[in-house]
Amino acid sequence: MRELWQIFLSFFRIGMFTLGGGYAMLPLIQREVVEKRQWVDSREFIELLALAQTSPGPMAINAAVFVGYKHHGIAGSLAACLGMTLPSFLIILIIAMYLVGFRENHYVECFFKGVRPAVVALIAAPLYALGKAIKIRWWGVLLAALIAAAIAFAGISPAIMVVAAALIGLFGGMLHKKRGEKPDATVS
Amino acid sequence: MQLYLELFFSFFKIGLFGFGGGYAMLPLIQHEVVGAHHQWLNMVDFTDIVAISQITPGPVAINMATYVGYTVSGNIWGSMLATLGVTLPPLLIMLIISRFYLKFRKNQYVEMAFSTLRPGILGLIAAAAISLVNSYNFIDKTSGLIFATVFVACLYRIHPMKLIIASGLAGLIIYR
Repeated sequence: MRELWQIFLSFFRIGMFTLGGGYAMLPLIQREVVEKRQWVDSREFIELLALAQTSPGPMAINAAVFVGYKHHGIAGSLAACLGMTLPSFLIILIIAMYLVGFRENHYVECFFKGVRPAVVALIAAPLYALGKAIKIRWWGVLLAALIAAAIAFAGISPAIMVVAAALIGLFGGMLHKKRGEKPDATVS
Repeated sequence: MQLYLELFFSFFKIGLFGFGGGYAMLPLIQHEVVGAHHQWLNMVDFTDIVAISQITPGPVAINMATYVGYTVSGNIWGSMLATLGVTLPPLLIMLIISRFYLKFRKNQYVEMAFSTLRPGILGLIAAAAISLVNSYNFIDKTSGLIFATVFVACLYRIHPMKLIIASGLAGLIIYR
């Protein structure tokens, strides 16, 4: 029980202090679970990164589930997941309860007028670096452009595009295998 | 009751198909809460919550679920159900992966699917950016200037939180 409480507390702390989520929290997780607690070793941590990207959902949740499970089974993963989720849940709940009135404020509205275009830039800017990180090729760029257009302009459900993208790779890879060639689709 | 079920299943779907996490989940969230299915949020609210989630801790999907759940139902239960919905699929899938991870990592079919899913995720992120380029978020030339500045600053790896706060302060000065 004390172990579970410790897992919960560790991930609560990580969840509390990782602004922005995503990759920004990886160093924090590493310091806590690899260096300080030694719940997973650094080799497992590298594998965790690869696996967390294979599973849908926020990276933070996936990382918490993996570490919790490695250290203390299913109960451990639940404790880690709860710890990770709770801080942002509580903070946003407070904002949701009071922001409605708060947003009426003229200065708050001015603040958000400045922030809105910045949000769009924040989403768009990492695309180039991400493309380089996954060693994207011409067919990957084409696929990404088609998917973006299908969702943004044709209003097709993103869930359908996710399934379609995975199936294309699966069938493409199997076709190559059948022809006895080395699969072309082994990017990164 | 109906509403709570819809909240749960909408966010369950977002959690289930949200490969890539973070921004890649935005078009899914948008599709469920702003778009075709429900009008739980308008475009401006949606953008503002993305901004808020950059200056508060935790994943954007959790923040969005908590916020939408509360505003739509008006109480904490809606918030909890939506958050549970978005958390459950990754929890279950990641549990299975953690259990069999050595086998899973080397699986060639998983690798095949991900060879196209990885570029696909970039398409999802691009779609999120494209659909936010609208007259609500870009009200004048200043908006364009803020966009360009933040875009360049982002390429130089300045932390998103700092950029949000800086652009908010710019907004306060300009629009006051």
